[in-house]
Amino acid sequence: MTTVLEKVRAGREAAGERWRGAPRWVRWVLLAAVIAFFYALPNKEFYQWLGPIPTTGSNFGQVLFMMSIYVLLAVGLNIVVGFAGLLDLGYFGFFAVGAYTVAVLTSPSSDLKTVWPWLTVLPIGVALALVSGVLLGLPTLRLRGDYLAIVTLGFAEMIRLTATSAGFLRGQRGFNQIPHPPGEHADGTPIFGVLDARPYYWLVLTLIILVVLGVRNLTRSRVGRAWISIREDEDAAQLMGVPTFKFKLWAFASGAAIGGLAGVLFAGKQNFVNNQSFELLNSIIILAAVILGGSGNILGAIVGGGLAYYLIERFRGVELFGIELYEYRFMFFGLCLIVMMIYRPQGLIANRRRAAEFKDRRKEVIVGG
Amino acid sequence: MNVDGLISNFGELTTTGLTVGAIYALVALGYTLVYGVLRLINFAHSEVFITGAYAALFTWAAFGLTGNSRVSGVGSIVFYLLVAMLVAALASATVATVIERVAYRPLRKRNAPPLAFLITAIGASIVISEAFGVYTRRLSRGAPAVVPSEPLFRIGNVGISWVELLIVGSALVMMVGLDQFINRSRVGRGIRAVSQDPNTAALMGVNKDRIIMMVFIAGGLMAGVAGVLYNVRIGALAYSVGFLLGLKAFTAAVLGGIGNLRGALLGGLLLGLTENYASGLFGAQWKDLTAFVVLVVLLMFRPTGLLGESLGRARA
Amino acid sequence: MRQKLVRVLGGVAALALAVGGAAACKSDSGSEASGDACGFKIVFFGALTGSDAALGINENNGVKLALDKYNKENKDCEVTLLPLDSQGSPDQAPQLAQQAIDDEKVLGVVGPAFSGESEAANPLFSEAGLVHITASATRPSLSEQGWKTFFRSVGNDNAQGPAAAKYIKDELKADKVFVIDDQSAYGAGLADEVKKALGSAVIGTDKVQGGGKQTEFSGTVTKVKSSGATAVFFGGYYTEGGLIRKALTNAGVKATLIGADGMKDPAFIDGASDAAAEGTIFTCPCLPPAEVKGTFAADYKAMYGTDPGTYSDNAYDAANILLAGIKAGKNTRADMLAFVKGYTGEGVVGSYKFTDKGELDPSAVQIWAYKVEKGQIVPVKRVPLA
Repeated sequence: MTTVLEKVRAGREAAGERWRGAPRWVRWVLLAAVIAFFYALPNKEFYQWLGPIPTTGSNFGQVLFMMSIYVLLAVGLNIVVGFAGLLDLGYFGFFAVGAYTVAVLTSPSSDLKTVWPWLTVLPIGVALALVSGVLLGLPTLRLRGDYLAIVTLGFAEMIRLTATSAGFLRGQRGFNQIPHPPGEHADGTPIFGVLDARPYYWLVLTLIILVVLGVRNLTRSRVGRAWISIREDEDAAQLMGVPTFKFKLWAFASGAAIGGLAGVLFAGKQNFVNNQSFELLNSIIILAAVILGGSGNILGAIVGGGLAYYLIERFRGVELFGIELYEYRFMFFGLCLIVMMIYRPQGLIANRRRAAEFKDRRKEVIVGG
Repeated sequence: MNVDGLISNFGELTTTGLTVGAIYALVALGYTLVYGVLRLINFAHSEVFITGAYAALFTWAAFGLTGNSRVSGVGSIVFYLLVAMLVAALASATVATVIERVAYRPLRKRNAPPLAFLITAIGASIVISEAFGVYTRRLSRGAPAVVPSEPLFRIGNVGISWVELLIVGSALVMMVGLDQFINRSRVGRGIRAVSQDPNTAALMGVNKDRIIMMVFIAGGLMAGVAGVLYNVRIGALAYSVGFLLGLKAFTAAVLGGIGNLRGALLGGLLLGLTENYASGLFGAQWKDLTAFVVLVVLLMFRPTGLLGESLGRARA
Repeated sequence: MRQKLVRVLGGVAALALAVGGAAACKSDSGSEASGDACGFKIVFFGALTGSDAALGINENNGVKLALDKYNKENKDCEVTLLPLDSQGSPDQAPQLAQQAIDDEKVLGVVGPAFSGESEAANPLFSEAGLVHITASATRPSLSEQGWKTFFRSVGNDNAQGPAAAKYIKDELKADKVFVIDDQSAYGAGLADEVKKALGSAVIGTDKVQGGGKQTEFSGTVTKVKSSGATAVFFGGYYTEGGLIRKALTNAGVKATLIGADGMKDPAFIDGASDAAAEGTIFTCPCLPPAEVKGTFAADYKAMYGTDPGTYSDNAYDAANILLAGIKAGKNTRADMLAFVKGYTGEGVVGSYKFTDKGELDPSAVQIWAYKVEKGQIVPVKRVPLA
């Protein structure tokens, strides 16, 4: 069994080497092919040939949309957890801020009665999420890692409880008739309709590509280097003249903005937003997704985010020996987390530098351990 | 705001707050012990508690007690309570040990980063609570009325019942016992040593793995008893209640100063009281929110908690 | 040794996934084969797992029974049931609704069972023209949103709330009522109606967390106790209802608890214990089994071994309306929609006829009061509508 594992590991490393060694044009062609694949995926004409990949118990196009939202969230959280090394257990709170901003400002059932179009509220939602990231970060980012985790967890609970109990957020009654993104086909029917989830998926997919490009550039700049130095050793970074607090706040705020964006997109598709969409478990699933995929690696976060939602949904309607597997989905998810952390703590697609760190740590002598 | 309501119900809110707080405190001990020694938030501790609570229910069920039963007679009350506490404490301690062996120790051997521990802890927590969820078909189960809830005596207009006395009393006894154990016994000295400086302690011949195991067992015992008391107080149990209770217990631990045993007691009682007063003042729907606001505000101004962090005393 | 064990566990998990995929393949191919004018499906949409599952299972059983009967009489052209488990969550509702819509053989839906998921799923049904009859989503505003395909085979909270208030005033003669709600769409809406109808008899209110999130109700109990209320109305579901009743009794509060259809479930008595639950009143736009016509109750018991639960009969009737449409040869969704719109007929609960907004015709709404006696829910009387 060990040798098999090692072979797999070696094979994966070889694949990584080949990828990095390949000529530039090969990489571009492959990347374009992958992107084209994902654009084609929600079409039934295409996915019906993919065997067991499409979900059977629920509509695949709609599931793909939710997957894309989770991918966007994972990419955002990866900045906070993967790059800056800040443990955020309440990331879904920013998602809620984005979604509720849209709901309050656009829905006719809101007390404000503004009923603005979705596109107008998009920047407001992202900005509010960013501001709430800064407001939460200012007092709490001076805390140690574990405390930060708990405070962020508390923050997400506070958002959910406020959404439940504060009158103007309408609790479970929620906001209905939330408008969709604008745009019309030639024949006058809206592009973003009620029934077809594909346009929403394509929209999110496009935004994911843009966000990933932005994040990638950011991480290769001074900011990214500062984040990584903070993750590796905050005290050393501070001594070397990195304004650690400022950069931590940056990471927190940009992560929050991406979370808010995901919330805005979600609300624009869903018609309806209420407190039931913001359970704490979601925050944990997103965090686990980032770690599973490989924190510190954008591709890892993408894979992790997509896979986390997909796996959970894939269990729906699947029976094994007469047992409905859907009932066991979270149990299986929990087991995955444990096994993963023990055997591959760097994640499915690891950041090379991080993987090397894990290796180093393993070699360090632990007294009496 | 309902100041009149708070004032007129002050006594009753206080007694019920203390009762709930005592349960928080017992669970908080588990967090505090593990954190003090391993610097790790044992996220799965809430499920250790749930295991104890279910173990108590199953034990009572084995004696034919259902949600509709009432136990009377001092002898049988004491008997059922003691048996349930014993079984629950053992079950919780076992689960805590299993979590340590399966989820934490392999990581420790590899010197994994703290984040990895937190993720396995979350994984273990999900697995256990989902297992109970599937087993109970996600329905809540009624607990038998083992302890009479009629008022025993009155202070002013506030009735005090056996339930309240039992819960606060057992919490205090367990707490004092644990405090003595940590401060007096040989193992306790080991625990303090490891929490001060794990590597030096190991060099001095302390068996670190054994000490860590003892810490998980001690936390498990406390959580198991808390599970029994929870059943006595609430009278029903659902698979999902551990999460929020665990979060509040952790809040209590931080409130008192994590890693500090007496802090856990103080934090638990204070949190129970604050929550109850807030629910009297603003309405019950704001109760949980209060707990988190207290946590965030406290961490901003006094991150080491009210009594400071000091399982090993010498740690600054 | 230990590491090996964990590795084996990992292997088993991987294997399980692979087998799961294979099993899924099989179920894929199964759904394709079907004839032309036959092989239609009816969807049940609601929570079948999760903490709100009891109500969904009741209804799903009712629908299943209706289909069973129909298929026995029409062996050559059977209708199959496609249950979609939403867990009562609006998040998952769109993808399930779309699943029903994409399946061309689906002609009608019974559900969605809850008001929250209805808000998220119904726009899709309306757009697709797929008719859906809910047997339990009682939030009044659902019929006000211009959905073309929405029908409700029960009375809404506008009928239920005042009826509960009337019962409290006229039968219990309580002039000090404490109103609690669980902040759910259903519970808060109902509590508001009750408060409106009771007026000055309401001496205090409080809100709790629903959905199994709260188990400790001492703050609320204290308020009830000091208010000296003789009756407590709880707008919410059986999980919290049972715990609140137990906590009230343990604190020595003797006031009668009144709840509505969401609380009327044997699980309430399990949660509260027989002794504490004794005397609790439920109002419900649902008929007592003895009043239900025909052999429904006996058939249900024969099939599932238990008495029909809350809304089993309404769901049964809703399914029968759809089946009558199939029987009448309504093979397209448009025909089916027109059929339901113009439907008048007798079900086991009563007569059915829908207003143009999809509400049950007011004359057909019946509200009954029930009471807990010795661990059983027994009917008391029909509450006259004001």
